[in-house]
Amino acid sequence: MTAALGLAGCEFRIALRNRWVAIVIAMMALFALVLAAAGSAPTGALGADRLSVTVASLTSLAVYLVPLVALLMSFDAIAGEVERGTLPLLLTYPVSRGRVLLGKAAAHLATLAIAFAVGYGLAAGAAFAVDAEAARGLPALWRLFWSSLLLGAGFLGIGYALAAVARRPGAAAGLAIGLWLVAIVLYDLGLLAAVVADGGGAFTTDVFPWLLLANPADAFRLFNLASSEATAAAAGVGGAAAAIPAWQALLSITLWPLAAFALALQAFRKVTP
Amino acid sequence: MTHLILSRLTKTFGRETALDDVSLSVAPGERVALLGHNGAGKSTLMKIVLGLIPADAGRVEVLGAPPGSPQARAQVAYLPENAAFHPALTGEEQMGLYLRLRGQSPRDARPLLDRVGLGSAATRRIGTYSKGMRQRVGLAQALIGRPRLLILDEPTSGLDPVSRREFYAILDDLAADGAAILLSSHALTEVEARTDRIAILSRGVVVADDTLAGLRRNAALPTRMQIAARPGAADEVAEALQAGGRNGVTVDLVCAADEKLDRLGRIAALGPLVEDVEILPPSLKDIYDHYSRREAK
Ligand SMILES: Nc1ncnc2c1ncn2[C@@H]1O[C@H](COP(=O)(O)OP(=O)(O)OP(=O)(O)O)[C@@H](O)[C@H]1O
Ligand SMILES: [Mg+2]
Repeated sequence: MTAALGLAGCEFRIALRNRWVAIVIAMMALFALVLAAAGSAPTGALGADRLSVTVASLTSLAVYLVPLVALLMSFDAIAGEVERGTLPLLLTYPVSRGRVLLGKAAAHLATLAIAFAVGYGLAAGAAFAVDAEAARGLPALWRLFWSSLLLGAGFLGIGYALAAVARRPGAAAGLAIGLWLVAIVLYDLGLLAAVVADGGGAFTTDVFPWLLLANPADAFRLFNLASSEATAAAAGVGGAAAAIPAWQALLSITLWPLAAFALALQAFRKVTP
Repeated sequence: MTHLILSRLTKTFGRETALDDVSLSVAPGERVALLGHNGAGKSTLMKIVLGLIPADAGRVEVLGAPPGSPQARAQVAYLPENAAFHPALTGEEQMGLYLRLRGQSPRDARPLLDRVGLGSAATRRIGTYSKGMRQRVGLAQALIGRPRLLILDEPTSGLDPVSRREFYAILDDLAADGAAILLSSHALTEVEARTDRIAILSRGVVVADDTLAGLRRNAALPTRMQIAARPGAADEVAEALQAGGRNGVTVDLVCAADEKLDRLGRIAALGPLVEDVEILPPSLKDIYDHYSRREAK
Protein backbone atom coordinates (compact mmCIF):
# COMPACT_ATOMS: atom_id res chain seq x y z
CA MET A 1 0.00 0.00 0.00
CA THR A 2 2.91 2.33 0.66
CA ALA A 3 3.64 2.05 -3.06
CA ALA A 4 0.18 3.33 -4.02
CA LEU A 5 0.48 6.11 -1.43
CA GLY A 6 3.85 7.13 -2.82
CA LEU A 7 2.43 7.21 -6.33
CA ALA A 8 -0.56 9.22 -5.15
CA GLY A 9 1.71 11.72 -3.39
CA CYS A 10 3.82 12.25 -6.51
CA GLU A 11 0.81 12.46 -8.76
CA PHE A 12 -0.77 15.09 -6.52
CA ARG A 13 2.45 17.07 -6.49
CA ILE A 14 2.52 16.88 -10.28
CA ALA A 15 -1.11 18.05 -10.45
CA LEU A 16 -0.22 20.96 -8.17
CA ARG A 17 2.76 21.97 -10.30
CA ASN A 18 0.92 21.51 -13.58
CA ARG A 19 -1.61 23.99 -12.19
CA TRP A 20 -4.32 21.35 -12.53
CA VAL A 21 -5.30 21.82 -8.92
CA ALA A 22 -5.38 25.59 -9.32
CA ILE A 23 -7.36 25.42 -12.57
CA VAL A 24 -9.97 23.05 -11.18
CA ILE A 25 -10.39 25.01 -7.96
CA ALA A 26 -10.59 28.34 -9.78
CA MET A 27 -13.17 26.95 -12.18
CA MET A 28 -15.38 25.56 -9.43
CA ALA A 29 -15.08 28.72 -7.35
CA LEU A 30 -15.84 30.99 -10.28
CA PHE A 31 -18.95 29.09 -11.35
CA ALA A 32 -20.18 28.75 -7.77
CA LEU A 33 -19.87 32.48 -7.22
CA VAL A 34 -21.59 33.31 -10.50
CA LEU A 35 -24.45 31.00 -9.55
CA ALA A 36 -24.72 32.49 -6.09
CA ALA A 37 -24.89 35.96 -7.57
CA ALA A 38 -27.40 35.00 -10.24
CA GLY A 39 -29.63 33.24 -7.70
CA SER A 40 -29.71 36.12 -5.26
CA ALA A 41 -33.13 37.27 -6.44
CA PRO A 42 -35.87 36.38 -3.93
CA THR A 43 -37.41 32.95 -4.46
CA GLY A 44 -40.15 33.40 -1.86
CA ALA A 45 -43.09 31.46 -3.28
CA LEU A 46 -41.30 28.12 -3.48
CA GLY A 47 -40.77 28.07 0.25
CA ALA A 48 -37.23 26.72 -0.12
CA ASP A 49 -34.34 28.13 1.86
CA ARG A 50 -31.54 29.91 0.04
CA LEU A 51 -28.99 27.08 0.38
CA SER A 52 -31.37 24.48 -1.09
CA VAL A 53 -31.88 26.76 -4.06
CA THR A 54 -28.11 27.11 -4.43
CA VAL A 55 -27.65 23.33 -4.22
CA ALA A 56 -30.23 22.89 -6.98
CA SER A 57 -28.33 25.24 -9.28
CA LEU A 58 -24.97 23.75 -8.26
CA THR A 59 -26.33 20.33 -9.18
CA SER A 60 -27.16 21.35 -12.73
CA LEU A 61 -23.73 22.97 -12.97
CA ALA A 62 -21.89 19.95 -11.57
CA VAL A 63 -23.55 17.66 -14.10
CA TYR A 64 -21.57 19.44 -16.82
CA LEU A 65 -18.44 20.50 -15.01
CA VAL A 66 -17.51 17.45 -12.94
CA PRO A 67 -17.38 14.93 -15.83
CA LEU A 68 -15.43 17.39 -18.00
CA VAL A 69 -12.83 18.11 -15.36
CA ALA A 70 -12.49 14.44 -14.40
CA LEU A 71 -12.05 13.35 -18.02
CA LEU A 72 -9.50 16.06 -18.80
CA MET A 73 -7.50 15.31 -15.67
CA SER A 74 -7.41 11.57 -16.14
CA PHE A 75 -6.51 11.39 -19.84
CA ASP A 76 -3.08 12.83 -19.18
CA ALA A 77 -2.42 10.28 -16.45
CA ILE A 78 -1.69 7.29 -18.66
CA ALA A 79 -1.33 8.65 -22.17
CA GLY A 80 1.04 11.34 -20.88
CA GLU A 81 3.10 8.70 -19.15
CA VAL A 82 3.34 6.66 -22.36
CA GLU A 83 4.20 9.78 -24.36
CA ARG A 84 6.95 10.90 -21.99
CA GLY A 85 8.40 7.40 -22.00
CA THR A 86 8.21 7.07 -18.22
CA LEU A 87 5.88 4.08 -18.24
CA PRO A 88 8.31 1.26 -19.18
CA LEU A 89 10.56 1.97 -16.23
CA LEU A 90 7.64 2.29 -13.83
CA LEU A 91 6.26 -1.06 -14.94
CA THR A 92 9.55 -2.83 -14.19
CA TYR A 93 9.13 -1.91 -10.53
CA PRO A 94 7.54 -4.46 -8.20
CA VAL A 95 4.17 -2.73 -8.19
CA SER A 96 1.03 -4.03 -9.88
CA ARG A 97 -0.75 -2.05 -12.55
CA GLY A 98 -3.80 -1.96 -10.32
CA ARG A 99 -1.77 -0.13 -7.67
CA VAL A 100 -0.44 2.31 -10.24
CA LEU A 101 -3.97 3.15 -11.30
CA LEU A 102 -5.15 3.33 -7.70
CA GLY A 103 -2.38 5.77 -6.79
CA LYS A 104 -3.24 8.07 -9.66
CA ALA A 105 -6.95 7.88 -8.90
CA ALA A 106 -6.38 8.76 -5.24
CA ALA A 107 -4.45 11.88 -6.23
CA HIS A 108 -7.05 12.96 -8.76
CA LEU A 109 -9.91 12.34 -6.34
CA ALA A 110 -8.12 14.43 -3.73
CA THR A 111 -7.81 17.24 -6.28
CA LEU A 112 -11.52 17.03 -7.04
CA ALA A 113 -12.42 16.92 -3.34
CA ILE A 114 -10.47 20.11 -2.66
CA ALA A 115 -12.03 21.85 -5.63
CA PHE A 116 -15.57 20.84 -4.62
CA ALA A 117 -14.99 21.86 -1.02
CA VAL A 118 -13.80 25.31 -2.10
CA GLY A 119 -16.45 25.85 -4.79
CA TYR A 120 -19.45 24.56 -2.86
CA GLY A 121 -18.14 26.17 0.31
CA LEU A 122 -18.07 29.57 -1.35
CA ALA A 123 -21.59 29.15 -2.70
CA ALA A 124 -22.82 28.04 0.72
CA GLY A 125 -21.15 31.06 2.32
CA ALA A 126 -22.99 33.33 -0.07
CA ALA A 127 -26.29 31.61 0.77
CA PHE A 128 -25.72 31.95 4.52
CA ALA A 129 -24.95 35.63 4.05
CA VAL A 130 -28.44 36.41 2.75
CA ASP A 131 -30.63 33.78 4.43
CA ALA A 132 -30.62 32.88 8.12
CA GLU A 133 -32.59 29.72 7.34
CA ALA A 134 -29.86 28.43 5.03
CA ALA A 135 -28.76 25.76 7.53
CA ARG A 136 -31.76 23.71 6.44
CA GLY A 137 -30.00 23.09 3.16
CA LEU A 138 -26.79 21.72 4.71
CA PRO A 139 -27.70 18.02 4.34
CA ALA A 140 -28.40 18.62 0.66
CA LEU A 141 -25.04 20.38 0.29
CA TRP A 142 -23.18 17.50 1.95
CA ARG A 143 -25.00 15.04 -0.30
CA LEU A 144 -24.04 17.10 -3.31
CA PHE A 145 -20.39 17.01 -2.20
CA TRP A 146 -19.99 13.27 -1.87
CA SER A 147 -22.17 12.40 -4.83
CA SER A 148 -20.05 14.80 -6.93
CA LEU A 149 -17.02 12.79 -5.85
CA LEU A 150 -18.74 9.57 -6.93
CA LEU A 151 -19.63 11.13 -10.27
CA GLY A 152 -16.04 12.37 -10.63
CA ALA A 153 -14.67 8.94 -9.77
CA GLY A 154 -16.82 7.35 -12.46
CA PHE A 155 -15.55 9.70 -15.12
CA LEU A 156 -11.95 9.44 -13.89
CA GLY A 157 -12.20 5.69 -14.45
CA ILE A 158 -13.67 6.20 -17.90
CA GLY A 159 -10.85 8.67 -18.62
CA TYR A 160 -8.14 6.17 -17.62
CA ALA A 161 -9.73 3.51 -19.79
CA LEU A 162 -9.89 5.89 -22.78
CA ALA A 163 -6.31 7.00 -22.27
CA ALA A 164 -5.08 3.42 -22.03
CA VAL A 165 -6.83 2.57 -25.27
CA ALA A 166 -5.80 5.74 -27.13
CA ARG A 167 -2.24 5.89 -25.70
CA ARG A 168 -1.49 9.27 -27.31
CA PRO A 169 -2.39 12.39 -25.31
CA GLY A 170 -3.77 14.17 -28.38
CA ALA A 171 -6.07 11.32 -29.29
CA ALA A 172 -7.02 10.75 -25.66
CA ALA A 173 -7.96 14.41 -25.20
CA GLY A 174 -10.10 14.31 -28.34
CA LEU A 175 -11.80 11.14 -27.14
CA ALA A 176 -12.40 12.66 -23.71
CA ILE A 177 -14.08 15.77 -25.13
CA GLY A 178 -16.07 13.67 -27.59
CA LEU A 179 -17.27 11.36 -24.84
CA TRP A 180 -18.24 14.30 -22.67
CA LEU A 181 -20.23 15.80 -25.52
CA VAL A 182 -22.05 12.54 -26.19
CA ALA A 183 -22.66 11.42 -22.61
CA ILE A 184 -23.55 14.76 -21.08
CA VAL A 185 -24.98 16.95 -23.83
CA LEU A 186 -26.25 14.82 -26.72
CA TYR A 187 -27.59 12.01 -24.52
CA ASP A 188 -30.02 14.33 -22.77
CA LEU A 189 -30.99 16.07 -25.99
CA GLY A 190 -31.68 12.70 -27.58
CA LEU A 191 -33.79 11.58 -24.65
CA LEU A 192 -35.73 14.82 -24.72
CA ALA A 193 -36.42 14.47 -28.43
CA ALA A 194 -37.53 10.86 -27.95
CA VAL A 195 -39.85 11.75 -25.09
CA VAL A 196 -41.40 14.57 -27.10
CA ALA A 197 -41.88 12.30 -30.12
CA ASP A 198 -43.29 9.55 -27.95
CA GLY A 199 -45.96 11.89 -26.53
CA GLY A 200 -46.36 10.10 -23.19
CA GLY A 201 -46.42 6.57 -24.58
CA ALA A 202 -44.69 3.37 -23.47
CA PHE A 203 -41.21 4.75 -24.09
CA THR A 204 -41.72 7.58 -21.63
CA THR A 205 -43.05 5.38 -18.86
CA ASP A 206 -41.06 2.13 -19.33
CA VAL A 207 -37.78 2.84 -21.11
CA PHE A 208 -37.01 6.46 -20.32
CA PRO A 209 -36.40 6.00 -16.55
CA TRP A 210 -33.89 3.21 -17.20
CA LEU A 211 -32.07 5.29 -19.75
CA LEU A 212 -31.82 8.10 -17.22
CA LEU A 213 -30.45 5.73 -14.60
CA ALA A 214 -27.94 4.23 -17.00
CA ASN A 215 -26.16 7.55 -17.50
CA PRO A 216 -24.16 8.46 -14.37
CA ALA A 217 -24.60 12.19 -14.95
CA ASP A 218 -28.38 11.88 -15.17
CA ALA A 219 -28.45 9.55 -12.19
CA PHE A 220 -26.41 12.11 -10.26
CA ARG A 221 -28.90 14.87 -11.09
CA LEU A 222 -31.85 12.65 -10.21
CA PHE A 223 -30.30 11.60 -6.91
CA ASN A 224 -29.58 15.13 -5.74
CA LEU A 225 -32.91 16.57 -6.81
CA ALA A 226 -35.05 13.66 -5.66
CA SER A 227 -33.40 13.29 -2.24
CA SER A 228 -34.69 16.54 -0.87
CA GLU A 229 -38.12 18.01 -1.34
CA ALA A 230 -36.78 21.51 -0.97
CA THR A 231 -34.26 21.11 -3.77
CA ALA A 232 -36.78 19.29 -5.91
CA ALA A 233 -39.18 22.16 -5.47
CA ALA A 234 -36.45 24.69 -6.22
CA ALA A 235 -35.46 22.88 -9.38
CA GLY A 236 -39.01 22.20 -10.48
CA VAL A 237 -38.54 18.49 -11.05
CA GLY A 238 -41.60 16.65 -12.22
CA GLY A 239 -42.95 13.97 -14.50
CA ALA A 240 -41.27 10.63 -15.03
CA ALA A 241 -38.02 11.72 -13.42
CA ALA A 242 -39.72 12.37 -10.12
CA ALA A 243 -41.06 8.81 -10.13
CA ILE A 244 -37.58 7.27 -9.93
CA PRO A 245 -36.64 6.45 -6.33
CA ALA A 246 -33.46 8.09 -5.05
CA TRP A 247 -31.87 4.79 -4.02
CA GLN A 248 -31.87 3.57 -7.61
CA ALA A 249 -30.08 6.70 -8.72
CA LEU A 250 -27.61 6.30 -5.86
CA LEU A 251 -26.97 2.71 -6.88
CA SER A 252 -26.19 3.86 -10.41
CA ILE A 253 -23.65 6.50 -9.34
CA THR A 254 -22.04 4.01 -6.95
CA LEU A 255 -21.76 1.23 -9.49
CA TRP A 256 -20.36 3.44 -12.22
CA PRO A 257 -16.98 4.13 -10.56
CA LEU A 258 -16.53 0.42 -9.86
CA ALA A 259 -17.40 -0.58 -13.40
CA ALA A 260 -15.26 2.21 -14.87
CA PHE A 261 -12.23 1.22 -12.81
CA ALA A 262 -12.61 -2.42 -13.76
CA LEU A 263 -12.71 -1.33 -17.39
CA ALA A 264 -9.72 0.98 -16.93
CA LEU A 265 -7.70 -1.76 -15.26
CA GLN A 266 -8.46 -4.15 -18.07
CA ALA A 267 -7.42 -1.58 -20.69
CA PHE A 268 -4.31 -0.59 -18.73
CA ARG A 269 -3.21 -4.23 -18.38
CA LYS A 270 -3.19 -4.47 -22.18
CA VAL A 271 -0.85 -1.49 -22.62
CA THR A 272 2.58 -2.68 -23.78
CA PRO A 273 5.06 0.12 -23.22
CA MET B 1 22.83 -20.56 -10.16
CA THR B 2 22.72 -18.52 -13.35
CA HIS B 3 20.86 -15.26 -12.86
CA LEU B 4 19.63 -14.89 -16.40
CA ILE B 5 18.99 -17.60 -18.96
CA LEU B 6 17.61 -17.00 -22.43
CA SER B 7 17.12 -19.98 -24.63
CA ARG B 8 16.03 -20.03 -28.25
CA LEU B 9 14.27 -16.69 -27.96
CA THR B 10 12.40 -15.43 -31.02
CA LYS B 11 10.51 -12.18 -31.47
CA THR B 12 8.99 -10.73 -34.60
CA PHE B 13 7.26 -7.40 -35.17
CA GLY B 14 4.99 -7.99 -38.13
CA ARG B 15 7.35 -9.22 -40.84
CA GLU B 16 10.42 -7.83 -39.08
CA THR B 17 12.41 -10.41 -37.12
CA ALA B 18 13.90 -8.58 -34.14
CA LEU B 19 15.32 -11.67 -32.38
CA ASP B 20 16.04 -14.99 -34.03
CA ASP B 21 16.76 -18.06 -31.90
CA VAL B 22 18.75 -16.15 -29.30
CA SER B 23 20.39 -18.02 -26.43
CA LEU B 24 22.37 -16.19 -23.77
CA SER B 25 23.09 -16.41 -20.08
CA VAL B 26 24.56 -14.19 -17.39
CA ALA B 27 26.05 -15.63 -14.20
CA PRO B 28 26.27 -13.89 -10.81
CA GLY B 29 29.09 -11.38 -10.68
CA GLU B 30 29.42 -11.40 -14.44
CA ARG B 31 29.34 -8.27 -16.60
CA VAL B 32 28.16 -9.06 -20.10
CA ALA B 33 28.15 -6.49 -22.88
CA LEU B 34 25.59 -6.74 -25.63
CA LEU B 35 26.85 -5.18 -28.87
CA GLY B 36 25.20 -4.71 -32.22
CA HIS B 37 24.28 -2.20 -34.89
CA ASN B 38 21.23 0.03 -34.60
CA GLY B 39 18.16 -2.14 -34.84
CA ALA B 40 20.06 -5.33 -34.05
CA GLY B 41 17.57 -6.21 -31.31
CA LYS B 42 19.40 -5.24 -28.12
CA SER B 43 16.61 -3.18 -26.58
CA THR B 44 14.02 -5.73 -27.65
CA LEU B 45 15.94 -8.48 -25.89
CA MET B 46 16.12 -6.40 -22.72
CA LYS B 47 12.42 -5.57 -22.74
CA ILE B 48 11.61 -9.25 -23.03
CA VAL B 49 13.86 -10.03 -20.08
CA LEU B 50 11.98 -7.40 -18.06
CA GLY B 51 8.62 -8.79 -19.07
CA LEU B 52 7.61 -5.53 -20.78
CA ILE B 53 6.93 -7.29 -24.07
CA PRO B 54 6.21 -10.98 -24.61
CA ALA B 55 8.47 -13.23 -26.68
CA ASP B 56 7.01 -15.23 -29.56
CA ALA B 57 8.94 -18.37 -28.72
CA GLY B 58 11.70 -19.51 -26.43
CA ARG B 59 12.29 -19.59 -22.70
CA VAL B 60 13.43 -16.84 -20.34
CA GLU B 61 14.38 -17.41 -16.74
CA VAL B 62 15.13 -14.43 -14.52
CA LEU B 63 16.52 -15.42 -11.11
CA GLY B 64 14.60 -18.65 -11.39
CA ALA B 65 11.29 -16.92 -12.13
CA PRO B 66 9.40 -15.96 -15.29
CA PRO B 67 10.18 -12.49 -16.67
CA GLY B 68 7.95 -9.74 -15.29
CA SER B 69 6.79 -11.84 -12.33
CA PRO B 70 6.73 -10.10 -8.94
CA GLN B 71 9.71 -12.18 -7.76
CA ALA B 72 11.74 -11.22 -10.79
CA ARG B 73 10.76 -7.56 -10.64
CA ALA B 74 11.71 -7.31 -6.98
CA GLN B 75 15.34 -8.15 -7.78
CA VAL B 76 15.88 -6.73 -11.26
CA ALA B 77 16.90 -3.14 -11.98
CA TYR B 78 16.47 -1.52 -15.38
CA LEU B 79 17.89 1.53 -17.05
CA PRO B 80 15.92 2.27 -20.25
CA GLU B 81 17.77 3.56 -23.28
CA ASN B 82 16.22 7.02 -23.10
CA ALA B 83 15.70 7.41 -19.40
CA ALA B 84 12.78 9.81 -18.91
CA PHE B 85 11.25 11.16 -15.72
CA HIS B 86 8.47 13.53 -14.88
CA PRO B 87 9.86 17.03 -15.50
CA ALA B 88 7.77 18.56 -12.71
CA LEU B 89 9.37 16.44 -9.96
CA THR B 90 12.73 17.15 -8.36
CA GLY B 91 15.45 14.53 -8.48
CA GLU B 92 14.94 13.83 -4.81
CA GLU B 93 11.17 13.42 -5.12
CA GLN B 94 11.50 11.11 -8.12
CA MET B 95 14.06 8.97 -6.32
CA GLY B 96 11.87 9.01 -3.21
CA LEU B 97 9.03 7.55 -5.24
CA TYR B 98 11.23 4.81 -6.73
CA LEU B 99 12.53 3.96 -3.26
CA ARG B 100 9.00 3.63 -1.92
CA LEU B 101 8.02 1.44 -4.85
CA ARG B 102 10.81 -0.92 -3.79
CA GLY B 103 9.69 -0.76 -0.17
CA GLN B 104 12.62 1.39 0.98
CA SER B 105 12.74 4.66 2.85
CA PRO B 106 12.56 7.80 0.69
CA ARG B 107 15.28 9.22 2.92
CA ASP B 108 17.83 7.15 1.00
CA ALA B 109 17.29 9.40 -2.03
CA ARG B 110 20.06 11.82 -1.09
CA PRO B 111 22.85 9.25 -0.59
CA LEU B 112 21.94 7.59 -3.89
CA LEU B 113 21.96 10.90 -5.76
CA ASP B 114 25.26 11.77 -4.10
CA ARG B 115 26.68 8.48 -5.31
CA VAL B 116 26.01 9.44 -8.94
CA GLY B 117 27.20 12.99 -8.39
CA LEU B 118 23.80 14.68 -8.40
CA GLY B 119 23.75 15.75 -4.76
CA SER B 120 23.82 19.46 -5.52
CA ALA B 121 20.95 19.25 -8.04
CA ALA B 122 18.74 17.01 -5.88
CA THR B 123 16.20 19.72 -5.09
CA ARG B 124 15.92 21.01 -8.64
CA ARG B 125 13.20 19.85 -11.01
CA ILE B 126 14.23 17.17 -13.46
CA GLY B 127 12.88 19.38 -16.26
CA THR B 128 15.91 21.61 -15.70
CA TYR B 129 18.45 18.74 -15.85
CA SER B 130 20.87 18.18 -18.73
CA LYS B 131 20.77 14.90 -20.66
CA GLY B 132 23.69 13.48 -18.72
CA MET B 133 22.08 14.45 -15.43
CA ARG B 134 18.87 12.64 -16.37
CA GLN B 135 20.95 9.62 -17.31
CA ARG B 136 22.49 9.73 -13.83
CA VAL B 137 19.05 9.77 -12.21
CA GLY B 138 18.43 6.64 -14.26
CA LEU B 139 21.59 5.09 -12.88
CA ALA B 140 20.74 6.08 -9.33
CA GLN B 141 17.34 4.41 -9.51
CA ALA B 142 18.96 1.24 -10.87
CA LEU B 143 21.08 1.02 -7.72
CA ILE B 144 18.11 0.90 -5.33
CA GLY B 145 17.87 -2.06 -3.04
CA ARG B 146 20.84 -4.24 -4.02
CA PRO B 147 19.46 -5.67 -7.30
CA ARG B 148 20.66 -9.15 -8.29
CA LEU B 149 20.34 -8.53 -12.02
CA LEU B 150 20.88 -5.22 -13.77
CA ILE B 151 19.65 -4.61 -17.30
CA LEU B 152 21.26 -1.43 -18.57
CA ASP B 153 20.39 -0.18 -22.05
CA GLU B 154 23.20 2.08 -23.27
CA PRO B 155 23.98 3.25 -19.73
CA THR B 156 26.86 5.54 -20.66
CA SER B 157 25.20 7.38 -23.54
CA GLY B 158 25.27 11.09 -22.76
CA LEU B 159 27.84 10.74 -19.97
CA ASP B 160 31.12 12.63 -20.02
CA PRO B 161 34.40 10.63 -19.86
CA VAL B 162 34.87 11.15 -16.12
CA SER B 163 31.31 10.08 -15.35
CA ARG B 164 31.79 7.02 -17.51
CA ARG B 165 34.77 5.95 -15.47
CA GLU B 166 32.80 6.50 -12.26
CA PHE B 167 29.92 4.52 -13.70
CA TYR B 168 32.13 1.52 -14.47
CA ALA B 169 33.61 1.74 -10.99
CA ILE B 170 30.08 1.43 -9.57
CA LEU B 171 29.47 -1.55 -11.88
CA ASP B 172 32.64 -3.21 -10.59
CA ASP B 173 31.37 -2.86 -7.01
CA LEU B 174 28.00 -4.35 -7.96
CA ALA B 175 29.59 -7.28 -9.78
CA ALA B 176 31.98 -7.88 -6.88
CA ASP B 177 28.89 -8.08 -4.69
CA GLY B 178 27.53 -10.85 -6.91
CA ALA B 179 25.09 -8.98 -9.14
CA ALA B 180 24.72 -10.10 -12.75
CA ILE B 181 24.94 -7.27 -15.26
CA LEU B 182 23.80 -7.14 -18.87
CA LEU B 183 24.52 -3.87 -20.62
CA SER B 184 24.32 -2.72 -24.20
CA SER B 185 26.67 -0.16 -25.67
CA HIS B 186 28.02 1.38 -28.82
CA ALA B 187 31.19 2.56 -27.07
CA LEU B 188 33.49 -0.36 -27.87
CA THR B 189 36.66 0.88 -26.20
CA GLU B 190 35.11 1.17 -22.74
CA VAL B 191 33.29 -2.15 -23.05
CA GLU B 192 36.56 -3.80 -24.05
CA ALA B 193 38.22 -2.93 -20.77
CA ARG B 194 35.31 -3.14 -18.38
CA THR B 195 33.29 -6.27 -19.07
CA ASP B 196 33.86 -9.97 -18.66
CA ARG B 197 32.10 -11.26 -21.71
CA ILE B 198 30.85 -9.87 -25.00
CA ALA B 199 27.84 -10.96 -27.00
CA ILE B 200 27.36 -9.57 -30.48
CA LEU B 201 23.90 -9.39 -32.01
CA SER B 202 23.53 -8.94 -35.73
CA ARG B 203 20.03 -8.61 -37.10
CA GLY B 204 18.59 -10.51 -34.21
CA VAL B 205 21.13 -13.35 -34.32
CA VAL B 206 23.86 -13.92 -31.72
CA VAL B 207 26.98 -14.10 -33.92
CA ALA B 208 29.49 -14.16 -31.08
CA ASP B 209 29.40 -14.79 -27.33
CA ASP B 210 32.74 -15.15 -25.58
CA THR B 211 35.41 -13.36 -23.56
CA LEU B 212 37.41 -10.79 -25.45
CA ALA B 213 40.42 -13.14 -25.57
CA GLY B 214 38.24 -15.96 -26.85
CA LEU B 215 36.73 -13.77 -29.55
CA ARG B 216 40.17 -12.60 -30.56
CA ARG B 217 41.48 -16.16 -30.81
CA ASN B 218 38.47 -17.33 -32.74
CA ALA B 219 38.52 -14.47 -35.19
CA ALA B 220 42.25 -15.09 -35.88
CA LEU B 221 42.65 -11.54 -37.06
CA PRO B 222 46.09 -10.36 -38.15
CA THR B 223 48.27 -8.57 -35.63
CA ARG B 224 49.87 -5.27 -36.54
CA MET B 225 53.44 -4.40 -35.61
CA GLN B 226 54.98 -0.97 -35.75
CA ILE B 227 58.73 -0.99 -35.96
CA ALA B 228 60.63 2.21 -35.24
CA ALA B 229 63.84 2.06 -37.27
CA ARG B 230 67.12 3.92 -36.72
CA PRO B 231 67.05 7.20 -38.66
CA GLY B 232 67.83 6.47 -42.29
CA ALA B 233 67.47 2.70 -41.87
CA ALA B 234 63.74 2.47 -42.55
CA ASP B 235 64.13 1.25 -46.10
CA GLU B 236 66.64 -1.38 -45.09
CA VAL B 237 64.39 -2.67 -42.30
CA ALA B 238 61.35 -2.77 -44.53
CA GLU B 239 63.23 -4.74 -47.12
CA ALA B 240 64.60 -7.24 -44.62
CA LEU B 241 61.11 -7.89 -43.21
CA GLN B 242 59.28 -7.69 -46.55
CA ALA B 243 56.95 -5.12 -44.98
CA GLY B 244 54.58 -2.87 -46.91
CA GLY B 245 53.79 0.47 -45.30
CA ARG B 246 56.47 2.83 -44.11
CA ASN B 247 56.81 6.53 -43.38
CA GLY B 248 60.33 7.77 -42.85
CA VAL B 249 61.20 6.05 -39.60
CA THR B 250 58.39 3.58 -38.80
CA VAL B 251 57.67 0.38 -40.66
CA ASP B 252 54.23 -1.21 -40.52
CA LEU B 253 53.94 -4.95 -40.54
CA VAL B 254 50.82 -7.11 -40.60
CA CYS B 255 51.04 -10.79 -39.76
CA ALA B 256 48.75 -13.66 -38.85
CA ALA B 257 48.34 -14.46 -35.17
CA ASP B 258 50.44 -17.62 -35.32
CA GLU B 259 53.34 -15.95 -37.15
CA LYS B 260 53.77 -13.36 -34.47
CA LEU B 261 56.68 -14.94 -32.58
CA ASP B 262 58.53 -15.86 -35.73
CA ARG B 263 58.30 -12.27 -36.95
CA LEU B 264 59.45 -10.91 -33.62
CA GLY B 265 62.50 -13.12 -33.81
CA ARG B 266 63.38 -11.76 -37.21
CA ILE B 267 62.94 -8.21 -36.00
CA ALA B 268 65.19 -8.89 -33.04
CA ALA B 269 67.80 -10.28 -35.41
CA LEU B 270 68.04 -6.92 -37.12
CA GLY B 271 69.72 -5.68 -33.98
CA PRO B 272 70.84 -2.05 -33.95
CA LEU B 273 68.77 -1.14 -37.02
CA VAL B 274 65.62 -1.28 -34.83
CA GLU B 275 64.96 1.17 -32.02
CA ASP B 276 61.59 -0.09 -30.81
CA VAL B 277 58.71 -2.44 -31.63
CA GLU B 278 55.03 -1.86 -30.87
CA ILE B 279 52.60 -4.79 -31.10
CA LEU B 280 48.97 -3.84 -31.75
CA PRO B 281 46.58 -6.74 -31.21
CA PRO B 282 43.25 -6.51 -33.08
CA SER B 283 40.97 -4.10 -31.21
CA LEU B 284 37.41 -4.90 -30.25
CA LYS B 285 36.38 -2.70 -33.14
CA ASP B 286 38.23 -4.96 -35.60
CA ILE B 287 36.72 -8.03 -33.93
CA TYR B 288 33.26 -6.50 -33.94
CA ASP B 289 33.57 -5.65 -37.64
CA HIS B 290 34.78 -9.17 -38.33
CA TYR B 291 31.84 -10.88 -36.63
CA SER B 292 29.11 -8.56 -37.83
CA ARG B 293 30.44 -8.57 -41.40
CA ARG B 294 30.78 -12.33 -41.49
CA GLU B 295 27.11 -12.65 -40.63
CA ALA B 296 26.02 -10.14 -43.25
CA LYS B 297 27.65 -12.17 -46.04
N1 LIG C 1 7.36 -1.77 -31.03
C1 LIG C 1 7.94 -2.14 -32.19
N2 LIG C 1 7.18 -2.28 -33.29
C2 LIG C 1 7.74 -2.67 -34.46
N3 LIG C 1 9.03 -2.92 -34.61
C3 LIG C 1 9.85 -2.79 -33.56
C4 LIG C 1 9.35 -2.39 -32.29
N4 LIG C 1 10.37 -2.34 -31.43
C5 LIG C 1 11.47 -2.68 -32.12
N5 LIG C 1 11.16 -2.96 -33.41
C6 LIG C 1 12.10 -3.40 -34.46
O1 LIG C 1 12.91 -4.42 -33.93
C7 LIG C 1 14.24 -4.28 -34.36
C8 LIG C 1 15.17 -4.23 -33.17
O2 LIG C 1 14.97 -3.02 -32.47
P1 LIG C 1 15.75 -2.67 -31.13
O3 LIG C 1 15.16 -1.43 -30.56
O4 LIG C 1 15.79 -3.86 -30.27
O5 LIG C 1 17.23 -2.34 -31.66
P2 LIG C 1 18.52 -1.93 -30.85
O6 LIG C 1 19.51 -3.02 -31.05
O7 LIG C 1 18.18 -1.58 -29.47
O8 LIG C 1 19.01 -0.64 -31.65
P3 LIG C 1 19.70 0.70 -31.13
O9 LIG C 1 21.16 0.44 -31.08
O10 LIG C 1 19.38 1.69 -32.19
O11 LIG C 1 19.11 1.05 -29.83
C9 LIG C 1 14.28 -3.04 -35.23
O12 LIG C 1 14.21 -3.45 -36.57
C10 LIG C 1 13.04 -2.30 -34.86
O13 LIG C 1 12.55 -1.59 -35.95
MG1 LIG D 1 18.24 0.09 -28.38
